[in-house]
Amino acid sequence: MKTVNMENRSLVTIANHSKERILYLLEMAKEFEKKPNRRLLAEKVVATLFFEPSTRTRLSFETAANRLGARVIGFTDPKVTSSSKGETLKDTIMMVSNYADIIVMRHYLEGAARYASEIAPVPIVNAGDGANQHPSQTMLDLYSIYKTQGTLENLNIYLVGDLKYGRTVHSLLMAMRHFNPTFHFIAPTELKMPEEYKLYCKEHSIKYIEHTDFTEDTIADADILYMTRVQRERFTDLMEYERVKDTYILNSRMLEKTRPNLRILHPLPRVNEITYDVDESPKAYYFQQAQNGLYAREAILCDVLGITLDEVRADTNR
Amino acid sequence: MSDKKELQVAALKNGTVIDHIPSDRLFTVVSLLDLKHMDTNITIGNNFESKKLGKKGIIKIADRFFTDEEISKLSVVAPNVKLNIIRDYEVVEKKQVVMPDELKGIVKCNNPKCITNNEPMQTWFHVIDKEKGLLKCHYCEKEQLKDNIKLL
Repeated sequence: MKTVNMENRSLVTIANHSKERILYLLEMAKEFEKKPNRRLLAEKVVATLFFEPSTRTRLSFETAANRLGARVIGFTDPKVTSSSKGETLKDTIMMVSNYADIIVMRHYLEGAARYASEIAPVPIVNAGDGANQHPSQTMLDLYSIYKTQGTLENLNIYLVGDLKYGRTVHSLLMAMRHFNPTFHFIAPTELKMPEEYKLYCKEHSIKYIEHTDFTEDTIADADILYMTRVQRERFTDLMEYERVKDTYILNSRMLEKTRPNLRILHPLPRVNEITYDVDESPKAYYFQQAQNGLYAREAILCDVLGITLDEVRADTNR
Repeated sequence: MSDKKELQVAALKNGTVIDHIPSDRLFTVVSLLDLKHMDTNITIGNNFESKKLGKKGIIKIADRFFTDEEISKLSVVAPNVKLNIIRDYEVVEKKQVVMPDELKGIVKCNNPKCITNNEPMQTWFHVIDKEKGLLKCHYCEKEQLKDNIKLL
């Protein structure tokens, strides 16, 4: 069965985006940062279908839609929908496609967004599919790096914590391949960067160095410090967890030797991996990073609906 | 030579002989080629002696010639099978199975959290490395070796 999705503008992943395409979307995000409130989606309905809860991502997407003048429908908990009665994803997507111009979806199953994009007559935006992809998070990470460093080129990027299961660090690593980065992977042995991503680095000539220690000396040359949470439930050996759990915690004392341009990122929510005294540092950037998510998502919503950067720049209506 | 052994089963005037099928895969091959729904003469033999395989199966199908796409499905279960195309009792062409670039609806994804295992839909794999038999699920993007995955 063929659908009418003539030009599928869905955003499922940015893993295959070209350098030009990434920079184009970042430029568009920059326009929205200058002026977040616009009427570009005034006649549109945006559906946010959250088959698993993710308050942060949903609020960010819904705010983006609202600031663009769209109306928002959707659900935040599949327990109240027909999915719990056994309705297939396909049926839900086809039904909602009748109402909305664009579907933002979060799903606990991997590949759900890809499949939805193949059957839906309207564009799909992947707001996370299981452990697979979360492209809007990657876009806001890239935008945060670009904005704070003035460039994406030739940066020293330190990824800290759970590098084994951390979806955001994997996507970031892949998206950065165009920009000649040097990565430092700082993780306990049990949660170190998987071989497939190290292989990916080799195939794309991405430089990387692995560390298990996390000290002020290790991070002295960092431009970006990307912190993630080391979760107890990820360990098979709880003795190992007890031994390393306090190793990957960033405190303000560790920032003394760091570069002035260093910025600390974290996909949030934070638990204890960044102590609260770091929040006072001008190098702490994780809350602004979340705010950048709004601009990145405004750009994504416009792009999937075929609104171009030139049109955004030309837009002067309030 | 080997022609003689084939004659032990039955001579074929026109059609296809599929040889060197590992015995434990014979009925999988029968099902993949959907022989159940063919109405020409079909001879299926199994557990014949084979120097290479120990035991092997043979299928002879009269008046039927498979496209490369049809036989490429066999690459997952029996990559070393040989096809002899017979016309007027002579072998006019020998074909080997080649792994296709994509596998649709043939194998099951290993990832229990993959959408294909939870929704009534066709599976779809991209073949990354034909020699190693490395496949990548089009949906969940997990790479897996064909030896570890199950047929649908």
